[in-house]
Amino acid sequence: MSDFINVTLHLLEGFGTTLGLFFLTLLFSIPFGLLLSLCSKARFSPFRYLIRGFIYIIRGTPLLLQLMVVVYLPGIVFQSPLTKWEMFHGNTALSYFCGALFAFVINYACYFSEIFRGGIENIPKGQFEAGEVLGMTKTQIFFRVILLQVIRNILAPMSNEIITLVKDTALARTVSVVEILFCASEILKVDFIIWPLFYTGVFYLVFNALLTFLFGCIEKKLSRYWK
Amino acid sequence: MALLEVKELKKYFGDTEVLKSVSFSMERGEVLAIIGSSGSGKTTLLRCLNFLETANSGSIRVGEHLLFDGDDPAFKSSSRIRRNRLFFGLVFQSFNLFPQYTVLGNLTLAARLSAKDQTKITGEHESIDEINNRAYALLERVGLSHKCDAYPCELSGGQQQRVAIARALMLTPDILCFDEPTSALDPELTKEVLRVIRGLKSGDNTMIVVTHEMEFARNVADKIIFMANGIIEEIGTPEAIFEHPQSPILQSFLNNALN
Ligand SMILES: Nc1ncnc2c1ncn2[C@@H]1O[C@H](COP(=O)(O)OP(=O)(O)OP(=O)(O)O)[C@@H](O)[C@H]1O
Ligand SMILES: [Mg+2]
Repeated sequence: MSDFINVTLHLLEGFGTTLGLFFLTLLFSIPFGLLLSLCSKARFSPFRYLIRGFIYIIRGTPLLLQLMVVVYLPGIVFQSPLTKWEMFHGNTALSYFCGALFAFVINYACYFSEIFRGGIENIPKGQFEAGEVLGMTKTQIFFRVILLQVIRNILAPMSNEIITLVKDTALARTVSVVEILFCASEILKVDFIIWPLFYTGVFYLVFNALLTFLFGCIEKKLSRYWK
Repeated sequence: MALLEVKELKKYFGDTEVLKSVSFSMERGEVLAIIGSSGSGKTTLLRCLNFLETANSGSIRVGEHLLFDGDDPAFKSSSRIRRNRLFFGLVFQSFNLFPQYTVLGNLTLAARLSAKDQTKITGEHESIDEINNRAYALLERVGLSHKCDAYPCELSGGQQQRVAIARALMLTPDILCFDEPTSALDPELTKEVLRVIRGLKSGDNTMIVVTHEMEFARNVADKIIFMANGIIEEIGTPEAIFEHPQSPILQSFLNNALN
């Protein structure tokens, strides 16, 4: 029994890192994705193609590979691994975490930007025009009229992506981020018990159930405006 | 002096000339109906007046204000266009109400935002109460006071269009334009919307109505423009247009429309 409590506590610690990676990725990738989606519609065509090309590359390669590039490439190219970078003060755990976070943010921002682009393109032109003839500025129209409609359009694909993100955080284990799976495999290596590895599934399941519930609530709220 | 003067307005989409030198004028308080077959450029004309499209040449003047001159690129700056828009209002065929705002919110949104901007510039502005009171008064005029807290999706098409009319009136445009305001509605709802538009006429509003409702054009308009292939083929009083059509195109158009 004390085994169970100890393992749970240990895994919870790792799950804290998982959640940190998850929330920070969302925090940065959503605004960055919005920026990318606006840039991918820019008038200046070389810039537009540059952005679209970047999105294409990120979406077309494995996240696992991107993680490795971010974490190991600086060491090869600059002869200075991430851990030696001044901003991390030699803090290995922090530098790996930030490297992983960076890769996750870029990767998810690209996925989100495509979802946002679709969500914006699906808004009837009349909504923009109605705002314009009322003398509103482009910014006012976007934030006061369009944004909530975009949110409604993207809710379903976003909730899919976000739930995928929860599970994708497990990839960070490969670049030495001490998230929940890393902890479970440590236990396996040190104490030779395997069940904690399976037990981690419960954490993911419970958290995803919470998210699903949350998205359900938002959808219910928004359905008031659209019949 | 004419309230609105449109001179030699031309509009191209690519190589197609959709408006071929359109000129007309109208007086304050007049109702102008625009009729014509599909593709004749009626919508494009209204959109140029509301600056949703930029005409390629020609000029638009409202009262003393020159709002557009195709020869002067300064008239194409976006802040200038935004200011000039307020001389016109536009009611769309498909209503285009904002779904996430109540009826009252739809009416007051733009006014509240511009009051906020105004505060930054002059420190003086219309208060929220004043804005709301104006909105209530307009809703009463279109017969929808009891719906002020409803969302657009809870209204019938006719009610939505009446809200859209009130929303356009909130900004007190000099000229209110309608682009086939009843084409998306069934006959019963068409009547209630046309009744509201007719009511606005007695309130001294200046209006341009693109319509396929010949009965309405005949009874309500002071002047009718018949458009064909991007030009004003004929312009005149309802009597002249309906009783004594000159051009053969108008004659065959009326034959089709009235039977
Ligand atoms: N954005 C656009 N791009 C290219 N061509 C356009 C565009 N908008 C309109 N046109 C063309 O311009 C012509 C006039 O269109 P417009 O919508 O003004 O006609 P309309 O008189 O309003 O017709 P309807 O009675 O069907 O509404 C049409 O031939 C149309 O195909
Ligand atoms: Mg039209």
